[in-house]
Amino acid sequence: MTAIDPTAHLTAEQIEELGRELDAIRDEIIASRGEKDAAYIRKVISVQRKLELTSRGILLFSLFPPAWIIGTAGLSVAKIMDNMEIGHNILHGQWDWMRDPKIHSTTWEWDHVSPAEQWKHSHNELHHTYTNVIGKDNDLGYGIMRVDEDQKWHPMHLGQPLWNFINACFFEYGIAAYDLELGKNLHKRRRNRPEFRARAAAVGRKIRKQVLKDYVIHPLLSGPSFLTTLAATFTANLVRNLWSHSVIMCGHFPEGVQVFERRSIKGETRGQWYLRQMMGSANISGSKAMHFMTGNLSHQIEHHLFPDLPSNRYAEVAVKVKALFEKYELEYVTGPLPKQVFSAWRKVIRLSLPNKKPKVKASDRDKELVAA
Amino acid sequence: MTSAALRSRAWKLLELVTTPLLPSDYLDLVSPLRAGADLRGRIEAVHHETADAATIVIRPGKGWRGHVAGQYVRVGIDVDGVRLWRAYSVTSPTSRADGRITITVKAIPDGKVSNHLVRRAKPGTIIHLDQATGEFVLPAATPAKVLYLTAGSGITPAMGMLRDTRFADVVMVHSAPRQEDVIFRKDLHDLVADKALTLKELHTDADGMLDVAKLHELVPDWAERETWACGPAGLLDAAEAHWAEHGIAEKLHTERFRPSVVVAGEGGEVTFGKTGKTVAADGATPLLNVGEEAGVLMPSGCRMGICFGCVTPLKAGAVRDLRTGEITEASDSPTAHVLVQTCVSAAAGPCELER
Repeated sequence: MTAIDPTAHLTAEQIEELGRELDAIRDEIIASRGEKDAAYIRKVISVQRKLELTSRGILLFSLFPPAWIIGTAGLSVAKIMDNMEIGHNILHGQWDWMRDPKIHSTTWEWDHVSPAEQWKHSHNELHHTYTNVIGKDNDLGYGIMRVDEDQKWHPMHLGQPLWNFINACFFEYGIAAYDLELGKNLHKRRRNRPEFRARAAAVGRKIRKQVLKDYVIHPLLSGPSFLTTLAATFTANLVRNLWSHSVIMCGHFPEGVQVFERRSIKGETRGQWYLRQMMGSANISGSKAMHFMTGNLSHQIEHHLFPDLPSNRYAEVAVKVKALFEKYELEYVTGPLPKQVFSAWRKVIRLSLPNKKPKVKASDRDKELVAA
Repeated sequence: MTSAALRSRAWKLLELVTTPLLPSDYLDLVSPLRAGADLRGRIEAVHHETADAATIVIRPGKGWRGHVAGQYVRVGIDVDGVRLWRAYSVTSPTSRADGRITITVKAIPDGKVSNHLVRRAKPGTIIHLDQATGEFVLPAATPAKVLYLTAGSGITPAMGMLRDTRFADVVMVHSAPRQEDVIFRKDLHDLVADKALTLKELHTDADGMLDVAKLHELVPDWAERETWACGPAGLLDAAEAHWAEHGIAEKLHTERFRPSVVVAGEGGEVTFGKTGKTVAADGATPLLNVGEEAGVLMPSGCRMGICFGCVTPLKAGAVRDLRTGEITEASDSPTAHVLVQTCVSAAAGPCELER
């Protein structure tokens, strides 16, 4: 919706050719998926479980500051691994090809208050299909923020830096609310629908289990360390929430990422769909450890092009995808985490205010130029 | 409170601690063969029998309930990272002192699992198991006169029985292409030396295929014998016809390793409702394979229409039984779904399965 379409130089034929080249990259990975990939995810799961168990074990003695620090750090990392590299990616079906019922999108559950089943619908079906389409993709501003100049400003938007910060702290609850489409479903006419009530009840059960584990049972097991363990699990959840919120903001919010109008995706071809994913996502650059901790969502562009390819392969896919960006003269939006987080936040703050000057439509401007 | 009730309480409490995972998810990391775990086994050794057959020694998990000689076990193993399930006859005697079981596998051309087991399986690998099952077993009272009619890897369930039972009078007619292809050849000849077996060994490359109609030339009293036959479909079809012709069909017991697929028709789009996938399928490919290829979790069993381990609710559309051509349609009731055997059913037009 920016005044200048950064893909305007591409012909329809070029876009379809681009689609075919991306399909070829995908086929190549699928044909070479195998034992090494399977060993990778099993290893990650095993390490995560051992780390979580050890950290929680250490936290039983959280009254001692060193135990608190080590245990909290370990549990934070374990929760991040659970949600990002493991949960998010398994729930995408990235590992379904292994046919292991224990590591499958239809059986997996994660350390998160939104039940896997509901998250899969809102994330896999809605967000990934309608990426960055205003009004269709709720990930864009989560229905509470203004994310593009062309969206009408409302005084409510003044508070969006604050909403965004609160959402970041309690991100998993934000996700649960948004998977339930609370904004829409709390409306008087919808809130009593049995379908919504059943889903809300499922979220309630999940929240209860999560809260009971983190804030009751685990602190109780710690005996005299009750309060410090409570603080530790709260901190670990906070760290996980802030981290995942930051990573996800970097995926679609930084400057340079395009958003799209509803009507622009009507009758979209496969090539055009790919192009929208390319222009609607941004990467995070960094070390291997950094990619791992983001669940390889640092390769957001590659993930959006191929949501169901195993995450450990995105790094090699990225080399080929980047070459295509260059070939087709498109901007590959990427940058280190602090820069991208800053860029995303700056946008949130900028758009909390009305547009600086009345925006002149590109077509009108052209007319003026002609008239001049 | 009984100790069982107490244990179940304690387990429930543990579940609250490990949620969203289960306590078993953690226990599996250290003790995959423990009591109460999903049934698994560990490969302990691989012994080569012939150039393309090997015996796999498996230490089954604590939950293993044993087998009856002649039964098969379903084995799930990861090949190139993909969990694949196949059924193999147990070839060890039921009385084996160390509690291990063996299966004996012949690598068939393009057989993913059989080639993996014979050529690449390594001791220490954890595999997945089902309890032993199958009707190809001896009756409670061992018959006085027994005949085994086997060919190729069809010898495996027979060997399970020969190792397990001391027969008064047993004859085996076994076919293999060449002498070096005979699985268990040494064991068989040891039994012969012990006078525990009469063996008619045929090498079909040199002698030609066994003509079942001329079985009396090899075993004059064949018709008096209770017979167990296992081998390629051609042999079993011929045997069934021959025994029926002589009016003694009840004396013949057969075991097939593969279904006899006869009918194919138009395919269609198959939707896997739970996984949310739709794929095009031809009319000859079993729905089980279609689902597996698409990454859907399909239960599977014998893969030949016998064990019903693969049955799946058919929610819409129609499927064709590949053995008979019979069409099964989804019922109109939204709750009472028709169950279909996915291993021997193919799409007959668009259909939806609850997976």
